[in-house]
Amino acid sequence: MKDYILEMKNITKEYPGVKALDNVNLQIKRAGIHALVGENGAGKSTLMNILSGTIPYNEYSGQIFYNNQECKFQKIHDSENLGIVIIHQELALIPELTIAENMFLGNERKNKFGIIDWNETFHQAAVAMKAVGLNESTQSLIKDIGTGKQQLVEIAKAISKNVKLLILDEPTSSLNDEDSKMLLDMLIRFKKEKGITSIIITHKLQEVAYVADEITVIRDGMTIETIDNSNHSINEERIIKGMVGRELEDRYPQREHNISDEIMFEAGNWTVYHPIYTEKCVVDNINFFVRKGEVVGFSGLQGAGRTELAKSLFGRSYGSHISGQEFIAGKEVFLKSSRDAIVNGLAYVTEDRKTDGLILSETISKNTTLARMEKIADKRGVLDVAKENMVAKDYVKAMKTKTPSVLQKVGNLSGGNQQKVLLSKWMFAEPDVLFLDEPTRGIDVGAKYEIYSIINDMVSQGKSVVMISSDLTELLGMCDRIYVMNEGKITGEFSAEEATQEKIMSTILKSDCTPVDRR
Amino acid sequence: MNANKFVKKYTMVLALLVVFVFFTYLTGGRLLLAQNISNLLLQNAYVLIMACGMLLCILTGGNVDLSVGSTLCLSAALSAKMLSMGINPLIAILSSVTVACIIGVWQGWLIGYIHIPPFICTLAGMFLFRGIARVILDSKTVAVMDKKFLSLFTSYIQIPGLDVNQRVISSMAVGILVAIVITAYTFISERNKMKKGYESASINATAIKVAIFDLVILFYAYKLMSYKGIPIMLIWILVVVAIFAFITSSTVFGRYFYAVGGNEKATRLSGIDPRKVYFWAYFLMSLLAGLSGLLVGARIGSVDGNMGNSYEMDAIASCFIGGASAYGGSGTVQGIMIGAILLGVINQGMSILGLPDQFQYIVKGAVLLGAVVFDVVSNHKTGKS
Repeated sequence: MKDYILEMKNITKEYPGVKALDNVNLQIKRAGIHALVGENGAGKSTLMNILSGTIPYNEYSGQIFYNNQECKFQKIHDSENLGIVIIHQELALIPELTIAENMFLGNERKNKFGIIDWNETFHQAAVAMKAVGLNESTQSLIKDIGTGKQQLVEIAKAISKNVKLLILDEPTSSLNDEDSKMLLDMLIRFKKEKGITSIIITHKLQEVAYVADEITVIRDGMTIETIDNSNHSINEERIIKGMVGRELEDRYPQREHNISDEIMFEAGNWTVYHPIYTEKCVVDNINFFVRKGEVVGFSGLQGAGRTELAKSLFGRSYGSHISGQEFIAGKEVFLKSSRDAIVNGLAYVTEDRKTDGLILSETISKNTTLARMEKIADKRGVLDVAKENMVAKDYVKAMKTKTPSVLQKVGNLSGGNQQKVLLSKWMFAEPDVLFLDEPTRGIDVGAKYEIYSIINDMVSQGKSVVMISSDLTELLGMCDRIYVMNEGKITGEFSAEEATQEKIMSTILKSDCTPVDRR
Repeated sequence: MNANKFVKKYTMVLALLVVFVFFTYLTGGRLLLAQNISNLLLQNAYVLIMACGMLLCILTGGNVDLSVGSTLCLSAALSAKMLSMGINPLIAILSSVTVACIIGVWQGWLIGYIHIPPFICTLAGMFLFRGIARVILDSKTVAVMDKKFLSLFTSYIQIPGLDVNQRVISSMAVGILVAIVITAYTFISERNKMKKGYESASINATAIKVAIFDLVILFYAYKLMSYKGIPIMLIWILVVVAIFAFITSSTVFGRYFYAVGGNEKATRLSGIDPRKVYFWAYFLMSLLAGLSGLLVGARIGSVDGNMGNSYEMDAIASCFIGGASAYGGSGTVQGIMIGAILLGVINQGMSILGLPDQFQYIVKGAVLLGAVVFDVVSNHKTGKS
């Protein structure tokens, strides 16, 4: 018999009207890395919530065996006591507290009187941080370190709890390629040196191929198959086939390239400083343009200034001491507010749909029309709610958003469907130039394909798209031209023909290693 | 709609009904006397009106305006003082409204553009404006005696020849007219919706709703008929409530308040300036507080430095009892009117019973807490499933 650290048998979980999990079986080998893949809403997170005790024992049916003993977890503490730790996609860290305080939050090192032993706390924090290769002071505040390091803090926290089974939900979705690789290598090292078993949920298939020993595909609440990947040579297309149940002949839809010579949008000598640390230059003298009907990509590391560039161009929605020029269709414009930007035909589709993009407590209808409400109102500003619902319905249909009704609250939708509502909102604003910031982050392959198709539709209608993405293959698959940004500057520009992953990556890395003062 | 959903949607209406029946029983029917029914709304005019403004503030993110009781007092004090000096009532009214507007601009600017937390800004206003009011009153009680001023707010509509005090036919006629108009309007707009192919509610549900609404109006008109007729103050209330119900439910401007409360960052990136939204919420709130000052001053007939004490709390309580979210982003004028009337019924029922002040506070507190706990718990449950 094989040595399984964890076996989940016949797990079924029903929500009113929906079967989220249907007789799922999962077996995890000890000291291995197991990848869990599947489209959004397939049931991966629900399964992990059951395993961690977030969903208590009596709310699902089926059995969990951990080290061959049946477990009936009632709360997260029950699973943590056995060494099962889950790290969620949205990090559970408190920005105003230090690394060490965060690491022992709810698990404080204290003496017999219940008073916190700070020396012990900082010492143990330092030990755990060393284990994950995090080179920071234990007293740094979480808000002062980058997302990549925050991720490491979460893992160090798990280590400090003496983790045996580590579950990571989309750990690399907000990391750049370099940080991602570091994290994955660390999991491999943990496996070899400490015998820690990991379950990793991710949409990035090349990572799965690289790191996983076994891959379980979940689709529509059922386990479809478990693929052996002990020699790490699995083909990505092979995994995708299992996830969607069909071969995707092409992950990027074809489009006819109708790029005119007309320059739709241009930025000249655009410079932006940080809104709080006003002496820090975030966007440094950027010049770029987009033609009509063109998709232009922006590649770069996290914090290279791409989001800041787009946001500041969008009616100065970010930054301070902004200088430079903006041209729309050859005419210079001065956009003082997001309102000006929208009226002049710009749209910025944020990378962070939950905090910057959508009103989660409102309906699909109201979110769809938010940026251009005057289109569903008369001259006096009186809304035509019935018309609004019709409009929203049209977009739901066109975008294939999965929802029972346009009066559904956006917060109840899955990530991919939320992204579609966000895109609907900006399509409704009828822009000429769209800035798409990480338009497919954290959404499944099927929904990605649909969003790519929507982008193609937009450019075929003569709109221009500026696409910011950390996914290199996506940029290569979609863009006519790619700019590479680093530390606020453009450090390279490639046409679709000449661009390759290697070239872009090396441009990013090279400019990163040599911080040359250009003045 | 199943029974569960129905109860959830109309909880406060049902609660109002239960409380109303309860007090009618306890008071041996005295709550139903024409005079009491008529006074129910008039006594709470300031709550009904100020709750409309408070709703806007709460919508922006659970923020409240603590200064409205003092603004109300200042507005009333200014008018009372000017009237006592023999100044034309129209000028007195305009001065009060102007002062209320200035306060609104001041607080709206501080909160919206200088980003002073609303709680602190309006707490300061609460002290400031009451102090100024007392300076104007010279710490005395000033009587309001100007006939024109009083008749503008406290008189009743009676048509000479047609109406007599115990049988004011005009009020019944208006009641019937309003009921007909509402019925006709509802069905015409439903039919238009269907014609255009829009989604519409079931005819039966709409018919039942309209029928109940009409019955309430007719009952109320009937009661008014036997006690002096339609009060002018009622018209003030209805106009304000109607305007705010319309703004919040059917205008782009109204939608802004919900958007800011729902997600301020997303709203800003959608081309809406949250600063303006905050400004307008606090501006309109102060304006309504100023108007309420005139109404309350006229109704009581005198103004002193303690007038309007803790009135802000009544307005805030009405909003939360009426289902406005303590985190902003949700709540309707219809809902908070139910909340205000519910509070009013409790107050009046207990007054008729002769229960002293202290019990009224206890009951008010319990009702407020109960309503919010119920709201949070029931929403939490649906959120989970």
